[in-house]
Amino acid sequence: MLELSILFPSVLNGLTTGAVYALIALGLTLIYGVLHIINFAHGAALMIALYGVYFLHQALGLDPYVSLPIMVPAMFAVGYVLQRLVIGASSHGKDENILLVTLGIAIVLENLALYWFKSDTRTIDTPYTLATVDILGALISAPKVVALFGALGTAAILLLIIGRTDLGRAIRAIAKEPLGARLVGIDVDHVYAMSFGIGLACLGAAACFLLPAYYVNPTVGNGFVLIAFTVVVLGGMGSFAGALVGGLLIGVVESVGGLWLGESLGQIGIFLIFIAVLLFRPQGLFGSRV
Amino acid sequence: MLEARDLSVRFGGLQAVGNVSLRVAAGQIVALIGPNGAGKTTLFNLVSGSVKPDAGSIHFDGGEITGLPPHQICRRGLARTFQMVQPFAAQTVRENIAVGAHLHHRPRRAALAKADSVATRVGLDAERDKLATSLTIAGRKRLELARALATEPKLLLLDEVLAGLNPAEIAGVIPIVRGIRDSGIAVLMIEHVMQAVMHLADYVYVLNNGQLIAAGAPAAIANSPQVIEAYLGHGTAARLRAESARA
Amino acid sequence: MFGVAVAFAPAFVASGYALNAITMTLYAALLAQSWNILAGFGGQFSFGHAVFFGTGAYAMAVLQVKFGWNAWAALAAALAFGAAVGAFVGLLTFRYGLRGSYFALVTLAFAEVFRILANTFPFTGAGVGLMVPLRASAFDLQPASRAGYLYFILVFVLASLLISLWLKHSRYGAWLQAVRDNEESAAALGVDAFRVKLQAIVVSSTLMAAGGAFYVQYLHYIDPHLAYGPGVSVEALLGAIVGGLGTVWGPLLGAGVLHVLGEATRGLVGDAPGVNLVAYGIVLILIVTFMPHGIIGLLRRRPPTKLAHA
Repeated sequence: MLELSILFPSVLNGLTTGAVYALIALGLTLIYGVLHIINFAHGAALMIALYGVYFLHQALGLDPYVSLPIMVPAMFAVGYVLQRLVIGASSHGKDENILLVTLGIAIVLENLALYWFKSDTRTIDTPYTLATVDILGALISAPKVVALFGALGTAAILLLIIGRTDLGRAIRAIAKEPLGARLVGIDVDHVYAMSFGIGLACLGAAACFLLPAYYVNPTVGNGFVLIAFTVVVLGGMGSFAGALVGGLLIGVVESVGGLWLGESLGQIGIFLIFIAVLLFRPQGLFGSRV
Repeated sequence: MLEARDLSVRFGGLQAVGNVSLRVAAGQIVALIGPNGAGKTTLFNLVSGSVKPDAGSIHFDGGEITGLPPHQICRRGLARTFQMVQPFAAQTVRENIAVGAHLHHRPRRAALAKADSVATRVGLDAERDKLATSLTIAGRKRLELARALATEPKLLLLDEVLAGLNPAEIAGVIPIVRGIRDSGIAVLMIEHVMQAVMHLADYVYVLNNGQLIAAGAPAAIANSPQVIEAYLGHGTAARLRAESARA
Repeated sequence: MFGVAVAFAPAFVASGYALNAITMTLYAALLAQSWNILAGFGGQFSFGHAVFFGTGAYAMAVLQVKFGWNAWAALAAALAFGAAVGAFVGLLTFRYGLRGSYFALVTLAFAEVFRILANTFPFTGAGVGLMVPLRASAFDLQPASRAGYLYFILVFVLASLLISLWLKHSRYGAWLQAVRDNEESAAALGVDAFRVKLQAIVVSSTLMAAGGAFYVQYLHYIDPHLAYGPGVSVEALLGAIVGGLGTVWGPLLGAGVLHVLGEATRGLVGDAPGVNLVAYGIVLILIVTFMPHGIIGLLRRRPPTKLAHA
């Protein structure tokens, strides 16, 4: 069996990666919970955000963490516009249509990026890229630890917004009863767009936390999309707690899986979980009956 | 023909149907009435196989059908309509009915021909080539009926086939239902429209809160105090009797 | 009739370029036709149809390269494997009643699982992929002339067209479309929905596997990303949606239109990677927004099938 000295860092690494997965999934689950959209463009949007952070660093010398206050609102705006102008208008509200439209957006974004940025993988160099933190004897990459706290912090802010603000109240109302919400005067289209915007804003934050320890290329979104879906389905569509717990769990599964089965095969555990959840417990850990 | 014995089913904390037994003989039109939420549609769902009973058994045409899936029950000759009509939206009236006809007619042409004859029988002749979604609610109810009829059943479960129809439309459907019985198909119908129940039913079962509270000929049921109470509330029966005594 | 027309095309079109264009269009049409059988007629939208394509492709490549099988035998095996994987996926997903978006997601997951598996094991060539040696002989299913490949793919496209036609005029087809439009009502009319869907996915997967097998023979190379990646899955659904779901000619028409569109974009913006796909993505969004019934829907007064149910 695996010794603790190998397992422990692996689990910690998994938790830090998982935190970022959770942050990505939070946006996705918010979008699903409110708009009932399975946003296929989520991965491509993350990719755009990553490129945003990358170019801010290359062109303006901005440290990714410093870019947070730029990226988050920027992605929010992108999300708002996308939902208002493209998705809302085109899908006529039907499930499979929305899937296809978001798929179309993903294709467009990914291939525009391919065209503009070519397919090379890019990374950034920051003074702390190679720094590590010692946690109980395990050496964990420092940016990853920052990512962990960043993700938890963002989740907390998100929960505050949903729970305490007027917008949050409107969002919850619409999530439960769109027609009723419209009848009491809530501008549903606006709130839909706000929710989509917040969902993508989470990606902006995730990108800032992710890039120092990771990389970007036009197809990086694909890998994240499926993992994000797995987290959301595992945690329960529309559940924030689920996205957090699910993200951390999946991160650990990937890390430990990689330990056992090797880099390449390690990811398979994630998708097998995905399939299993969809087949046997589609509502996930915290979701309500599908 | 159809015999349900001691059927019970629970959804979470609610006993939707409790110990219900009923019987439909060949050539009969039997009505199932009761206030909203009494469990009538749930009973239909039990009989037609959409829901599995927790207890009890269902026998049809000499065989036990408890626990069989809906499509197999239909193949045995027990067809049903749905209260919330669900036509095949992308298809025409004729094509809709043909799906039912295909149960006993394999070639496309035969099924379409059968569909045509059933359409005529329910009065949808003129609408045969129209899209199902273009029909009015009355038309869709007839389509629902036609589809089930096309499967050539021995027993037909009609779930509120008259709901949402105006008096003229109702008057149009009553002879169709009678015609179905006359052609040898037994009918078990859930209905709220009392006038239809009185005209059509040979026997009536009354359900309230999942329990059978009365059963008998239509006239007897109409005067039964329990039934009146179930529909109109506690004490109404006595009040009505007092009023008619004074009058 | 159509088959005759296309079959004679090589006689009139000598240009290798044009023959290649027609062949690739037919190949795309096969993918679209097979997706259409499950999605357009059956109402089950799969986003991971590549899982069947890749199975056929790898079966074809591995059996020839690693086991020395003859290409014709490998083709038969590829079709069988395609059918088997179709049955496997269908049994799992339909048994548990997966529909709509969940079905789309789970097929995507299956494709990804297979991709990872192919990427890992040496006998599928791992990440490097497999190359099928060029042998240029009919015995090895590598026709010497370009026209030969055209006939190869044409056979399968004709098969898919015939199947689609049969779906329009048969009892099975009526049952399948009933399940698509309202599964509960269909069951109440005696249709065994599980069985009907299972049969549809097996037919669809077999045709996809044929596409995969053709790809390997024509282009002599396969790797996990090509076989199981999103490219093929998207290509399959795009043609069907653009042309018209649930129609006989729609996917073929869609494949043709997309090919022309791809060439046009290439002409305008050059051969940069990804450009024609950007156009495809935009087309997808536009079609879903404005022409949910596809091109054929536009040409007919009565829409054949809707992307969304009324």
